[in-house]
Amino acid sequence: MSKERVVLRVENLKKAFGDKEVLKGVSFDMKEGETKVIIGPSGTGKSTLLSCINMLVTPDSGQIWLEEEEVTSAKNINKIRQEIGFVFQDFGLFNHLTALKNVMVGLTKVKKIEKDFAKEIAMKELTRVGLEREANMYPAQLSGGQKQRVGIARALAMSPKIILFDEPTSALDPELIGEVLSVMKNLAESGMTMLVVTHEMGFARTVSDEIIFMEHGHIVEQSSPEEMFKNPKNPRTKEFLFKLSELYGSE
Amino acid sequence: MWVTLQITFLTLGLGLVLALPISFGQVYGNKWIKALIAVYEKILRSIPELVILFLIFYGFPKIGIRFSPFAAVIIGLGFRSSAYQSQIFRGAINSVSSAQMRAARSLGMTNLRGFINIVLPQAIRIALPPWTNEFTIVLKDSSLAYALGVTELLRQGGYIIATKYEPMLIYLTVAVMYFIVTIAINKTLGSVEKRLAIPGFDVKETVR
Amino acid sequence: MNEVDRIWKIVVNYWPKFLEGLGVTLEMTLIAVVIGFIIGVILAIARVYGNKLFHGVATAIIEIIRGTPLLVQLFILYYGLPPLGMNLSPFAAAIIGFAINSGCYQAEYLRGSIQSISGNQMKAARSLGMTKWQAILQIIMPQAFRRVIPAWTNEFIYLLKYTSLAYIVGAPELMAQAKFIASRNFQFFEVYLVVAVIYLVVVLFFTKIFSILEKKVEIPGLEWVR
Repeated sequence: MSKERVVLRVENLKKAFGDKEVLKGVSFDMKEGETKVIIGPSGTGKSTLLSCINMLVTPDSGQIWLEEEEVTSAKNINKIRQEIGFVFQDFGLFNHLTALKNVMVGLTKVKKIEKDFAKEIAMKELTRVGLEREANMYPAQLSGGQKQRVGIARALAMSPKIILFDEPTSALDPELIGEVLSVMKNLAESGMTMLVVTHEMGFARTVSDEIIFMEHGHIVEQSSPEEMFKNPKNPRTKEFLFKLSELYGSE
Repeated sequence: MWVTLQITFLTLGLGLVLALPISFGQVYGNKWIKALIAVYEKILRSIPELVILFLIFYGFPKIGIRFSPFAAVIIGLGFRSSAYQSQIFRGAINSVSSAQMRAARSLGMTNLRGFINIVLPQAIRIALPPWTNEFTIVLKDSSLAYALGVTELLRQGGYIIATKYEPMLIYLTVAVMYFIVTIAINKTLGSVEKRLAIPGFDVKETVR
Repeated sequence: MNEVDRIWKIVVNYWPKFLEGLGVTLEMTLIAVVIGFIIGVILAIARVYGNKLFHGVATAIIEIIRGTPLLVQLFILYYGLPPLGMNLSPFAAAIIGFAINSGCYQAEYLRGSIQSISGNQMKAARSLGMTKWQAILQIIMPQAFRRVIPAWTNEFIYLLKYTSLAYIVGAPELMAQAKFIASRNFQFFEVYLVVAVIYLVVVLFFTKIFSILEKKVEIPGLEWVR
């Protein structure tokens, strides 16, 4: 497992909605097994950035590479999406399918894996996130935390090269955040490449390899958690972290 | 065309006049009134309009009252419309949250005052889209008067065909005329809706 | 008591004919509603997911059919086509007319239902790598169909009532039978009263069946938006 292989590369990504520039030239890359967390004030383009990576939103300019393949000019984006996992803020579960079927649907319909085998994989992932007993329940019967874990299982089942998390815990009640974060922590420790947009500073600090601070469509600063929290270089970073510590107390 | 419009407006009018007290009964009435109204509506909504028309046209002579086909149509369609209109009004009144009424009463308003000043303005706006829908339905149903021999638009079309045999063309023209009136109604009531709209207040539409 | 006697006599003497008429009525309703469903699905998808051309054509068709009386549409089919070489039987003209008409209304119900399903379902489906069509067929439509059941039940009942119009172009359904019977014994009122009751019973019956069906197909846990 080479720790030096670049899984994701984003180069000079720009995106504007109408006359509002949301991404003003974002560049970074991610190596295999790395977990990076993007923080920053709301509305600064963090979610847009993630949505561009799997082309749910088409960037205006710039390039994205997934390992050797260029995502931005790919002819078959659907094939690439199979290798990028996406976990939504509002879970994005399919209401008419059980938890198990939700996790299986990508395997059976997109990867065309045989049903029984898909079921095996799905149960494995559900067990991994701690939901083997809820496999036959429907999304509306599950708690927010459980729903999100199913969402993670669904992304995992596709054996992606990287998983993108778009504020995975923002829609959850406080007591339920923990269960999702611990699943994510285990995932990171097992070597999954993860890019997470979140406000959960505790997670950022303890689990990530690098923190990226974004504001107004730019990357303002990116460094390791220790560096960023102890010694932020940019005054804006300082300000943001200070405001957060006021709100949450020092974590 | 004129006859068709007459039928439409008179039917709607009759329906409206009947529907208002009925919807009140449904919202504010006691158990018996509500049950009675429920039966009335169920029956009127389950029987085809054509059957209603025939029943009235052929039925009333038995009690000694003879209606002209025109009158029978108005009465028949009018009663049917009242059943649907009262549903619309009832839904609209109920949509205006009871909290509004509570707030009104806490200001010292009587039930009646509260209703007229607070509930009614909001209910009207909610009721407008489905009522517009009912309007176009009545317009189209006026064509059923044909079956009773009333000389409305459709029958007139038939007469023209008897002299100039071009049924497709003529009936298409008839269709277009209905369509134009429908659009006119929709546009007119639509702009009334817009002018009355309460900023930020979202109103849901029901279809058919 | 005289009146009731007369009504009873009519029922007793003519029930086979009533049944025959009812059979045709139901037949027409069923065929029209099914064909209408297929038309509705096509039009709804064209309206929601189609490009400008499909969207425009579908919308035009829907608006025109919904903006004109059903009776006029039937007349166009039954009286308007023969000079152009196409002769339709009353039954056929009626079914085609009902199917197209119902299809347009069903399309609107389906459209509302599809649009009520959050756009996030589509996003989630595509992020798994599904094509647009896969997402539509596997994720959106199954949910849309379940949500449209209440409106669809309404549509079925409407269609059932409107089949009475087929009598005007000569189709042998319930109303036609009624006319036939009434023209023999001249008891128009009593005959139509019986017919009214028949419709009432049938409508109540189907309403009950559909609400049972609705409960069976519910997605567990989800509240119905009516």
